[in-house]
Amino acid sequence: MNARDAILARIKEALRTPAPPAGARDHDSGHPPTGAPSRDFSRFLPAVGDSFEDRIQSFRAAAAELKADFRLFETQEQALASLRQLSAEEKWQRLGSHRGALTDAACEILRLPVVQTDQAYDVAALEACDAGLSECDALVAQTGSVVVSSRSAGGRALSVLPPHHVVLARRDQLVPDLPQALAMIQKKYGDHYPSMISFITGPSRTGDIERILVLGAHGPKKLTIFCF
Amino acid sequence: MNTSAHQFHEQATRLSHDLRHRALIQTALEKYEVKRDEKKAVFQDWQGARQRAAEIKWEAVNHLDAYLVDFARKLEGRGTKVHWAENGEQAREIIVGIARAKGARALIKSKSMTSEEIHLNESLEQSGVSVVESDLGEYIVQLRGEAPYHIVFPAMHLTRDEISDLFTRKLGTPPTKSPEELTMIARRVLRQKYIQADIGLTGANFAVAETGMISITENEGNSRLTSALPKTMITLLGIEKIVPQLADLALFLPMLATVGAGQLISGYNTLYGGPRQPGEFDGPEEFHVVLLDNQRTVLMSDPEQRDALHCIRCGACLNACPVYRNIGGHTYGTAYSGPIGSVITPHLRGLLEWKHLSYASSLCGACTEACPVQVQLHHHLLQNRRNVNRQKPVWWEKLAFRAFAVLANSPGLWRLAQKAGRLAQKAHPLIKGGALDPARPWTQSRDLPPLAKETFRDYWRKRR
Repeated sequence: MNARDAILARIKEALRTPAPPAGARDHDSGHPPTGAPSRDFSRFLPAVGDSFEDRIQSFRAAAAELKADFRLFETQEQALASLRQLSAEEKWQRLGSHRGALTDAACEILRLPVVQTDQAYDVAALEACDAGLSECDALVAQTGSVVVSSRSAGGRALSVLPPHHVVLARRDQLVPDLPQALAMIQKKYGDHYPSMISFITGPSRTGDIERILVLGAHGPKKLTIFCF
Repeated sequence: MNTSAHQFHEQATRLSHDLRHRALIQTALEKYEVKRDEKKAVFQDWQGARQRAAEIKWEAVNHLDAYLVDFARKLEGRGTKVHWAENGEQAREIIVGIARAKGARALIKSKSMTSEEIHLNESLEQSGVSVVESDLGEYIVQLRGEAPYHIVFPAMHLTRDEISDLFTRKLGTPPTKSPEELTMIARRVLRQKYIQADIGLTGANFAVAETGMISITENEGNSRLTSALPKTMITLLGIEKIVPQLADLALFLPMLATVGAGQLISGYNTLYGGPRQPGEFDGPEEFHVVLLDNQRTVLMSDPEQRDALHCIRCGACLNACPVYRNIGGHTYGTAYSGPIGSVITPHLRGLLEWKHLSYASSLCGACTEACPVQVQLHHHLLQNRRNVNRQKPVWWEKLAFRAFAVLANSPGLWRLAQKAGRLAQKAHPLIKGGALDPARPWTQSRDLPPLAKETFRDYWRKRR
């Protein structure tokens, strides 16, 4: 018998004796649960408002707590003007990016040398970039997270290798909470998932030395989100 | 007493008197507790969330064979090689074998407690593969040649000065008192390691059966880089990491972050469903997933304690445990420390050899209360004690209880014993804590509360 079959056989054997139901002994009904537990998680998780304003407010608060810089604009032009200003302030010399409606417009306005990561590229060149510019799959109001994937955001490295990750998002990409973000991913990709999907919340951080927060442990030291 | 028990007692005695160690752990955990409670309060129904999380893990563990088959089939369908390992040795052989086949010389690792469990680093080093831990805390303890002190905060027992000294000694960097500078030193060193590594090895927090994905939770981004740059990626995980549906992560990710680190959600929660897919231009060309049993099915065959497989390794029970907070993580001598370690280690590594851990508990229940998936930890510690006694009864304990039963069942003898106790107590200070003291294990570091001047029966008779 190979290892797979041996393990599966041992599991089957072990499961022949049923376990008591999950959770606290005090509420023990003595019967194993019937059917699968329902997945109505939103009622347990932190509350999120119904209107767009409530959700933006919630995203903004979560992002601020996690030291992400969230900027909301009325139009794409305003967002790009602000991006250009940021680029000038931080004296960006070189950008990492990928092809996309939002990123292409931004790269055009920034007029900087670009390492494109949705074609064969040199890792050292991407590492030397001042910022990584990407689109995303969604923004999650509940947690202040940006959802990126290897398909929507230029592969696996673009959002973690350069010291500054800059995200371009449309207002209609804001989803209220984690259950809806995951449902959106399933709907969008079906069975053809990108090989990596990441929920990014704030810049890279560590508390491993005396539990003191330090930003930029391995990944980006800064995360800026432009939403319009 | 066997070696592991002996070492445990020796270290526990030393560390519980070490006030500096205690202060360090208390400070670290107090900061965590404030944040954790703040985040728990943001949930609309934390207790409801715990119950639901427990039910979902119950569903996963009690149908594990079917879910594992689904999980593996989905992953294989997208080009991942899935390996099954019955024990640590097989897992090590598989991973060393992959390294050999790839001609790998350098491997970068992101945090994996399962790899600690099977002592993977030693095997890789012996086959000529250099291993670098990339999680900052893990990197620090690796440089010190130590095991992680805590499953979530590996370097919790060290001060910035100790870390600065370590870096000066091992990396030749100038001393500094700034945690930020220390972090930047590690960042600079490790950046090169990611780029040079032939293989990236990770652990996993969850395995989604429905979609065939592993989910990794982290804050530093080291796991993201580990799975982005090297050409080959290996993920090692215990078979119990399964959750049935992708949707389940909406509950587990914020719960893990809340009790694990006092965050509403961790910095990076990443799903990996395969190697580089057509149309993708980076990421590993090969993705290997190693599923490890290593006695988990033994634990599973005990229905009473099967819920210990629900554990999501958040560390909440360690943080809450008054014993852990005094004796620290290394004392346990196991990959998994604290209450969960004390519960599962006797199943994973032998009941009689590790039974002493079940007694390292005041049975206060703080662990059970802290557990986000409601593992009945302190009940299991008690069950382990019972199982030890069934397997290997202690003759003098049996004798003592039989004698006590005789005493407690006979009012005359009981009264006599009470009188004798009151008399003997007067003489006790002469021998208290000394070699002649029958209560020595207790009295050498504690007071013995005095017996009341009169018995309750006498008191009651007078009042009636």
